[in-house]
Amino acid sequence: MQENEILLKEQLNEVVMKFVIYKPLIAKSAKAGQFVILRGREGGERVPVTLVDWDAQKGTITIIIQSIGKSTFMFNSLKQGDSFLNILGPLGTPVEIKNYGAVAVVGGGVGIAEVYPIARALKEAGNKVISVLGARTKDLIILEPEMKAVSDLILPCTDDGSHGQKGMVTDVLKSVVESGEKINAGFIIGPIPMMKFTAKLMLDLGIEPYASLNPIMLDGTGMCGGCRVSVEGKVRFACVDGPMFPARTIDFDELIRRTGEYKDREKTAVEHYEKDHQCKLGLH
Amino acid sequence: MPNPSAPRQNGHQQDPAVRKNNFEEVAHTFTQEEALLEADRCLNCPTHPCQNACPVGVHIPAFIAKVKAGDIGAAASEIMQTSLLPAICGRVCPQEHHCEGHCVLKAKFGAVNIGGLERFVADTARAQGKLNAPTPAAATGKKVVCIGSGPSSLACAAELRRAGHKVVVMEALHAYGGVLRYGIPSFRLPREVINKEVETLAEMGVEFKTDILVGATITLQELLAEYDAVYIGSGAGLPMMLGIPGENAVGVYSANEFLTRVNLMQAYKFPQTDTPIRVGQHVIVLGGGNSAMDAARCAMRLAPQSVTIAYRRSREEMPARVAEVEHAQEEGVQFEYLVTPKEIVQDESGHVTAVRFTRNELGAPDEKGRRRPVEIPGSDFLMPADNVIVAIGQRPNPTITKTTPQLKTTERGVIALNEKGETSLPGVFAGGDIIRGGATVLLAMNDGIVAAGKIKEYLENK
Repeated sequence: MQENEILLKEQLNEVVMKFVIYKPLIAKSAKAGQFVILRGREGGERVPVTLVDWDAQKGTITIIIQSIGKSTFMFNSLKQGDSFLNILGPLGTPVEIKNYGAVAVVGGGVGIAEVYPIARALKEAGNKVISVLGARTKDLIILEPEMKAVSDLILPCTDDGSHGQKGMVTDVLKSVVESGEKINAGFIIGPIPMMKFTAKLMLDLGIEPYASLNPIMLDGTGMCGGCRVSVEGKVRFACVDGPMFPARTIDFDELIRRTGEYKDREKTAVEHYEKDHQCKLGLH
Repeated sequence: MPNPSAPRQNGHQQDPAVRKNNFEEVAHTFTQEEALLEADRCLNCPTHPCQNACPVGVHIPAFIAKVKAGDIGAAASEIMQTSLLPAICGRVCPQEHHCEGHCVLKAKFGAVNIGGLERFVADTARAQGKLNAPTPAAATGKKVVCIGSGPSSLACAAELRRAGHKVVVMEALHAYGGVLRYGIPSFRLPREVINKEVETLAEMGVEFKTDILVGATITLQELLAEYDAVYIGSGAGLPMMLGIPGENAVGVYSANEFLTRVNLMQAYKFPQTDTPIRVGQHVIVLGGGNSAMDAARCAMRLAPQSVTIAYRRSREEMPARVAEVEHAQEEGVQFEYLVTPKEIVQDESGHVTAVRFTRNELGAPDEKGRRRPVEIPGSDFLMPADNVIVAIGQRPNPTITKTTPQLKTTERGVIALNEKGETSLPGVFAGGDIIRGGATVLLAMNDGIVAAGKIKEYLENK
């Protein structure tokens, strides 16, 4: 067993893989809400990925990766026994875990995996945890049994109605509150528009929202400043000040613009890879 | 007899029209002939003002004498008595402020090209297999960890290892060298040179580890429990921004981000490498230091229509190395002096379109003797830009100090040292930008060497 080695790989759906990796130093110090930066090969980019689980005794960390571009596709092509080239972490400020009373934990798509350690820590801190899991369709709802184990109430929903309630996480959240549930704080991880609208709804419903931001990052240590976000009108670095921020004053529109900077380049990278390997990555 | 009045050899450089399209090294190493001509100019002054002005005290006249005698191996050994990173120093040290600035020939004939000779010795000796790492002293059984793998940490690690201590270097990124790797471009310092200098230390038995961010992966306290002493050389690593409107517009980079993309991640090779970079038609670099020059010259190589360095004072006050400013100009970088950026203007989609500046005139000198810029009322103007690179300096990265409250810092966030050069924690030493806030490679190296001396003393008395 060597550092960065993949001890276990599990396919969660067509595009999402779970990896258990030997990385004792990170396993020892990780906390909910933190992330790692991965590199798969020489010349590869540095990709931030949330820590989903860790086991200090076994020296393992668990991450879950969705294939969305060339790098994540290549990560997901690694096999059990292979190793990541570099793993740096745990990075970022841990989420403040305390007893808020009742909390809503909202995960969208692969964001469910990212919000899971926060739900677990909140549950351990004595909160009533109400989890809302959203995705386009049934297959994309991941970790439902794990989430169920740390939630007092679990509410999946899908755009197409193939699992749970038909509709968006905001619809579900609204009906929970309307049914008389008093929720004090909400933790949201998912696509940026979903976080933006969920945070807005939470404010309307009297829930203090927190959202985990995923801007473009390079080093992940506060050195490059590429992950600048605006919170309360101030410039913050998501890699060290976040990634979780009070969502009341996050400039989500700016975040959407800034994360879109290299969309065309990501496409170029995929096309280049497909040409080189004479294959189709079949990314969505 | 020395021939001081012979013309100073400046070596050869890649043609600016060619080099602005590549990332190959700009300046070539002296040929044997050039090196001998230049070495012959040195008077070998017994008072060696050059050596006295060198922060690391390289035995300059002595190594030059060995070049003259044709013994490159001996010249290299002479340099390596005080500096184990000669190929780097010869390239990036601001010699005009140190050795060459104090050469007795400077006023009348032009200083001896000491930087060029040091580089010649390092490169030639290495190519001939004569750049041999010194054999470390007998093992002391003491262990020291150096945090960071930039110039200060490498210099400290080298000296400690030389003295027979076990040394581990911990780097947060995936490659060694710190600012040499992510900040300084390959056309000034080829990656191969950094790799070789690191290899030399590894051959001496220094152990290197990547992907360890001290303060996150492992705490300083944990390291203190495992090692007999700790050297913090973790660098500046926190970019300063201007705090003007529009700074988060798409197309605005900190110099650190821009340089890291190009140098560490090799984004200029995209899509062979995976990290992208985007440069539009017009690039404005804000600042006047070496990072500003590096960023501007990297930007130039990504083929925009124009690159302009905008600096708030005049050329005279600009802190960048003279050679870098000249090289930038030769490559077509434009300079706009005496301007202060007021706003980064963006379109509806949030992309940069221009920078609004105010013009300045020079006022009274500040505490460092540099004349202060004073704004001229009503002189606002717009300069079109697709990208803005903010290169106005750095502060120390707070990762270690935040997680080690016992470690005292100053109000500037740098680690505080007492008059003996010690931090507030016994066994913990520090140097380079983490105590300076943002200085030069050579000052950082010197801090590492000085700290190594203190660490050796500390370990003897422990």
